[in-house]
Amino acid sequence: MLPYTLKFEKRLQPSRRAKFLVPILSIVLALVAGAVLLALAGANPWETYRAMLAGAFGTPGEWQEGQFYAVSETLVKAVPLILTGLSVAIAFRMLFWNIGAEGQLVMGGIAAAAVGLWVPDLLPFFPQQGWFYIPLMMLAAILAGAIWGLVPALLKAYLGVNEIITTLMFNYIAILYYQFLFTTAWKDPAGFGFPGSAQVPDYTWLPRISGRLHWGLFVALGAALVVWLVMGKMRWGYEIRLIGENADAARYAGVSIIRNIVLVMLLSGGLAALAGYVEVAAISHRLQHGLAVGYGFTGIIVAWLARLNPWGVVLVGVLLAALLVGGDQIQISMGLPASVGLVLQGAILLFVLGGSVFNSYRLRLVRRQPAVPAAPSTQEA
Amino acid sequence: MADNEAPVAVDMRGITKRFPGVLANDQVDFAVRQGEIHALLGENGAGKSTLMSALCGLYQPDEGAIYLVSKRDQTLRPARISSPRDAIERGIGMVHQHFKLVRSQTVAENIILGLDGTPFRLSMRAVERRIADLAKQYHLPVDPRAYIWQLSVGEQQRVEILKVLYRGAEILILDEPTAVLTPQEADELGQTMRQMASEGKAIVFISHKLDEVMSFADRVTVLRDGTDVATVSVAETSKAELARLMVGREVLFRVEKDAAQTGAPVLDMNAVTANNDKGLPALHGISLDVRSGEIVGVAGVAGNGQRELAEVVTGLRPATGGRIKVADRDLTNRSPLTYIEAGVAHIPGDRLGMGLAGNLPVSDNLIMKAYRREPLAAGPFLADNAVVRFARRVVEAFNVQTPSVQTPARNLSGGNQQKAILGREIMSGKRITGDVPALMVAVYPTRGLDVGAIEAVREALLKQRQEGAAILLISEDLDELQAMSDRIAVIHSGEIMGIVAPDEVDVEQLGLMMAGERSE
Repeated sequence: MLPYTLKFEKRLQPSRRAKFLVPILSIVLALVAGAVLLALAGANPWETYRAMLAGAFGTPGEWQEGQFYAVSETLVKAVPLILTGLSVAIAFRMLFWNIGAEGQLVMGGIAAAAVGLWVPDLLPFFPQQGWFYIPLMMLAAILAGAIWGLVPALLKAYLGVNEIITTLMFNYIAILYYQFLFTTAWKDPAGFGFPGSAQVPDYTWLPRISGRLHWGLFVALGAALVVWLVMGKMRWGYEIRLIGENADAARYAGVSIIRNIVLVMLLSGGLAALAGYVEVAAISHRLQHGLAVGYGFTGIIVAWLARLNPWGVVLVGVLLAALLVGGDQIQISMGLPASVGLVLQGAILLFVLGGSVFNSYRLRLVRRQPAVPAAPSTQEA
Repeated sequence: MADNEAPVAVDMRGITKRFPGVLANDQVDFAVRQGEIHALLGENGAGKSTLMSALCGLYQPDEGAIYLVSKRDQTLRPARISSPRDAIERGIGMVHQHFKLVRSQTVAENIILGLDGTPFRLSMRAVERRIADLAKQYHLPVDPRAYIWQLSVGEQQRVEILKVLYRGAEILILDEPTAVLTPQEADELGQTMRQMASEGKAIVFISHKLDEVMSFADRVTVLRDGTDVATVSVAETSKAELARLMVGREVLFRVEKDAAQTGAPVLDMNAVTANNDKGLPALHGISLDVRSGEIVGVAGVAGNGQRELAEVVTGLRPATGGRIKVADRDLTNRSPLTYIEAGVAHIPGDRLGMGLAGNLPVSDNLIMKAYRREPLAAGPFLADNAVVRFARRVVEAFNVQTPSVQTPARNLSGGNQQKAILGREIMSGKRITGDVPALMVAVYPTRGLDVGAIEAVREALLKQRQEGAAILLISEDLDELQAMSDRIAVIHSGEIMGIVAPDEVDVEQLGLMMAGERSE
């Protein structure tokens, strides 16, 4: 027998070092596991990872030529992931299981498109300029998503209806409605039969920074800042944490659960809707296929991996976007299926969630105790 | 009394168990004879549960050895008990303080759950018959076909004991079994333990209540700070000596209090009715007032409306009728926040269920009542520095033992959790009303605490009374009620049976009123 044995024991204090080290090591291990899978599939893991990295972030050669196409594509995908991740994170912090970010995103997109498509004609006296229409569209989207989140919130707050079911179902209502709109009701008559609405006027577009990368990046970062302030600095965030940890204690502390469910879902729905807004206002400029591609659901993974921390959401959002974009790239450059990116995404989720046990537990090497002493007498004195 | 020469059933020698930062058991020797009730006495955190967890396979001791008597030749053999299943096979069974029962299953189903050797085609009839036999033999009346959710706490405990007996345990460990029982139920349990002991079973009875140890046990081992201080025969010791052994100093059992300086009524309840969680009437027209500077005790058997009473006067439960006034303001069916702002402090009966958010740091738990006010609040923001300062002040003023204010509250011992709650309620009161809390509702404030913490809590409550707070003290401990209260209201089935002066009534009279007899 070895003289030492490993012990799994509870940490008394949360460790700061573990908080950073554990997720990083988990991701490294996930990549190792992914490499094994790639090798088993006959691909060279090293080459594949390099190709993915190049696909997601570009190569030094490209950067020297001023080519940032890859990075900008990754960030384009990261923006909606960050926004839906923030949306999910704030609701989950209260243990309100908002699975409806996808639907809230879609409603935001619809509202943004509706403003761009109809308001200039209906209300022609409004200034037809970006400074007016960009905030207006954004506001309309936030409002639509907030209302879409409000319905399950009210059902939960007053009738105790399970929010997992309602928010999930509301996704399908939103998605089918959106499909009806761009294939039928709002279909562009001048669109040569392609499904999609007419384009919104160009003054409503969210300006771009480089490539397809747009100002939505600042929207996402601003949203992260807001969520960080709310959760980490404000009294409201304290109330949300309290409800999430112990709703009875929150009630006892005088916190209104009903009010908070409503407010948090308004914010959560609004954040998810912003993701829909940027997709319409900066990328597609119309309502068409490709809005409901699962950002809302991936947002759940983002939030969970980030342990509901807003700046973590930003980092994880970029990471998962890189996996998606890198996965697309190896399809082209290596002839491997793009789903390699999804496999890695799954592996990372598994390892990070599994590894999180080390935040509250630790392994310790202990010396074995000497063997049991000799047999005792059978009777006490 | 058990035979002094009776053979030893289990002998634990030199047991040492370390947890990170804590030495829970330090070279503890502990032996139980067959046919005796052996009390394991100690304050919270003295290492009682750790020692017994080692015996029933939940923990492995870091050092030391456990010897069990062999059925064949009655000699002691070293035993390695590596899992609870191991312990069961060796005839060791533990009745935990927190029951481990499936609420949606019947008594019989719970008892055979996880049992080895259950036949493929199971005859529930035979199982139920055997349970009924055991129940009769040990005076543990319970219907084997009843569902757990239908049973009272006392009945659920009987199921736990039957579960252990059904598995053929010869060594029974009961972890603070009377904490959830009425005095009568506790006496019945005592008889059951006596019956089991008379059949040669070894009973380990974990407790920190001296009275029970004196009346139930044959011998007692006292643990303090993880070491065994003494093992004595109950016949040769006294309550005072046990208390001294337990806390390491003399303990006063008298509460010194000055005459009440009562002022105007702070709480004024008039014919208040309320429902319980199931929507059934639990309070039937309660009229009660508590004046400033007095403690009104509420005596009663658990489950007679105490919880509803506490919740209805703190705004946590709607009143279905009647009127509640606090300091002359009608607050009937106003929000919990309104009550807090009116200076109503509340020590809930369920510490981790309502009083604290266990995963949040101590500091977050200490600001629960005061975070809306300056200096903890800075506009819509929380002032982090002020929060930490406030938390440290509470921790210091109420002697809360915690590594830091960042430690999750659940890592604190029960006594320290209670001191934290008490400190929060009193110091937040200062902050909100500029004075002591107008009304303090204290529900079972000393339940499950060790002697030192009980003293601290009682002293703090008396100090509040002295400073003019009105205190509604709901307790199961009649000694505590008689010592602390200026008036005692007895509650039965949601009605006040009478309000009496503590020095004009004895325990028997209180008991009769608790059973539903009105005072003249």
